Amino acid sequence: MESHEQQFLILNEPMIVGAMISIVVGALSLFIGITYFKKWGYLWREWITTVDHKKIGVMYILVALVMLFRGGVDALLMRGQTAMPENGLLDAQHYNEIFTTHGVIMILFMAMPFIIGLMNVVTPLQIGARDVAFPRLNSVSFWLFAVGTGLFNISFIIGGSPDAGWSAYFPLASLEFSPTVGNNYYAISLQIAGLGTLATGINFLVTILKMRAPGMTLMKMPMFTWSILITNVIIVFAFPVLTVALALMTMDRQFGTKFFAMQDGGMDMLWANLFWVWGHPEVYIVILPAFGIYSEIISTFARKNLYGYKSMVISMVAISLLSFVVWAHHFYTMGHGVMVNSVFSITTMLIAVPTGVKIFNWLLTLHKGKISFTTPMLYSLAFIPIFTIGGVTGVMLAMASADYQYHNTMFLVAHFHYVLIPGTVFAVIAGFHFWFPKVFGFRLNEKLGKLAFWFITISFNVAFFPLFILGLNGMTRRMYTYSESTGYGPLNMLSFLGAVGLGIGFIILVYNLYWSIRYSPRDETGDPWDARSLEWATHGPVPFYNFARIPQVNDLDAFWYAKKHNKPLWSGPIEKIHMPNNSGMPFLMSGAFFGAGFCLVFSWWIPTIIFTILIFVFMALRSFEQDHGYYVSVEEVERIERELGGEK
Amino acid sequence: MMKQLFPKQHVMGFVFSMVLSIVALAVLAFDMSYKMGMAILLVTAIAQALVQLLLFMHIGESEDKNTLYTNIIYALFVGVVTILGTLFTMIWGYMY
Repeated sequence: MESHEQQFLILNEPMIVGAMISIVVGALSLFIGITYFKKWGYLWREWITTVDHKKIGVMYILVALVMLFRGGVDALLMRGQTAMPENGLLDAQHYNEIFTTHGVIMILFMAMPFIIGLMNVVTPLQIGARDVAFPRLNSVSFWLFAVGTGLFNISFIIGGSPDAGWSAYFPLASLEFSPTVGNNYYAISLQIAGLGTLATGINFLVTILKMRAPGMTLMKMPMFTWSILITNVIIVFAFPVLTVALALMTMDRQFGTKFFAMQDGGMDMLWANLFWVWGHPEVYIVILPAFGIYSEIISTFARKNLYGYKSMVISMVAISLLSFVVWAHHFYTMGHGVMVNSVFSITTMLIAVPTGVKIFNWLLTLHKGKISFTTPMLYSLAFIPIFTIGGVTGVMLAMASADYQYHNTMFLVAHFHYVLIPGTVFAVIAGFHFWFPKVFGFRLNEKLGKLAFWFITISFNVAFFPLFILGLNGMTRRMYTYSESTGYGPLNMLSFLGAVGLGIGFIILVYNLYWSIRYSPRDETGDPWDARSLEWATHGPVPFYNFARIPQVNDLDAFWYAKKHNKPLWSGPIEKIHMPNNSGMPFLMSGAFFGAGFCLVFSWWIPTIIFTILIFVFMALRSFEQDHGYYVSVEEVERIERELGGEK
Repeated sequence: MMKQLFPKQHVMGFVFSMVLSIVALAVLAFDMSYKMGMAILLVTAIAQALVQLLLFMHIGESEDKNTLYTNIIYALFVGVVTILGTLFTMIWGYMY
């Protein structure tokens, strides 16, 4: 224990040393490769300094995919450890670290960036805009998120990972019980990434409210854009709570304050309270965009307009309000009285109502539709029944008195994986397949896509359904081992096999990416799915200015209407286009954030202060910078349009 | 010329917010009753919020009043729910 606390580099775990070596080797070969192929300039000009919402979106998704595998390896290790009774793959400490990082990474560094990535790529296109409202801020958001991710991920080789659970409850997460720097990493990396998310929230809120194409009233927006609007409202109002809570955590751990202490007027439970005041809306931040993605995909591949558009919008607004009044259901058993639990029990069950409305809307959209079973559609169809299992078990957990039985058992673990995986993960994968041709100009292979789908869907159920039964049999979450006499062995082994299947499914998904890049036929139309909303009206891949002329919108599903009635979306001549300049400042400033964060983790005050001053220097430079963007001339636009195969 | 260029509002706002922070800090530095301290904190907190909203976020300058009011109402809803809800779960309703 003692040696564990003091280490800077973690050298007493062969697995971590192995990971360390492979990271160093990987980074070195990447560096040599980029240098050898002389790609540094390309990387800097085209990606690192970019303010283009599509490229930023692609980078978000790239990081999310990498994190999916990092979190997935954590999951495989956990399932591997519990596959047999009294297994010795991981020790207790390592297991604690892994379930903590699995949770944090999957929610905050996989689900969030995947969704933010898709929303970056799609939203401006869907509303007929040329970029987001604040392109430079968008780049800042991405790089802050990226350095937050980096900071969190280096924790397991430098200093040790956080080990108090992804919810980092006090008093366990306090300096007294978690003396390593792990939870400092937790607080500071989430803080930095959270700043980026907050800026994204404001950015997209303004974009959607102010930059819609002429004629697109709020009630003519595509459903995905609606879901993003609501999501960003929740982000803007929920994330400040996390910011404050994390700041208090940092002060408690590093400056000796007592906000969450058990004595001197502090209150340890206040952390759980604040965490879930943010945490429950966060659940809806990752699920509402998923609902938007499914709405788009289901109506596209059922060849029908979305059933109950208005009720969809109303239920999303209702969810956004209700999401703020249910948080205490995460700690029913913390000892409050019957009244508090009853109130939160009722509000929690209320959320099932608007969610149910949405399920029926999707079913009725499918009703009598001409359904084509493409890969994204398969994910959407699988989502409905699987998510319903997650939802129904959620209502079981919502009943406070019954929850005393389920609380912190594997039943809960099964429940939230049954909502988050078909809800968020299936949705982002479906959206990934659906919008891929828009960004890259070719579709992912359908055969491989479907193979991955069946692997993922079946293995998911094999991995998580047994956990319901294990939970009811009394297996608690986060236990790193159990004795054979408990009888948990066989079901845990089954779950492990499912986890392996899930891993294979995701590998097929990535192989599909590789295969399609090499061999997939290129799409010339820009509308490979015969889809409905504005993003399909322009070329694929989308030119950097998105639309040569801004479309005029008269209807919901404007592009579909234009196709069916042969009505042009555009009129008037091409005009010169105003575009924002690239900038390296967001990247450099985020680098300063990384330095400040890293030094703060280890309480190295002088370098922390120097890096913080550097951050302010970058902000000051930005304040005095004159940057009015540039114009793309009419001739240039016409030339690009001709090259892309005719004006759109 | 200099008069137009000088960001008078912002400097004023900055000074105000500094003064308000120092006054709030004084609650800690000087020995006073709990009620007195709380009263000072509440007043300075509200004044601080107003300074931020009016002088830095230019809340009065928006033409789109509907968006503004929707925003304020939503913010109030979330704020009130968070604060009163926390008091409700952690203190008032704790034993009932």
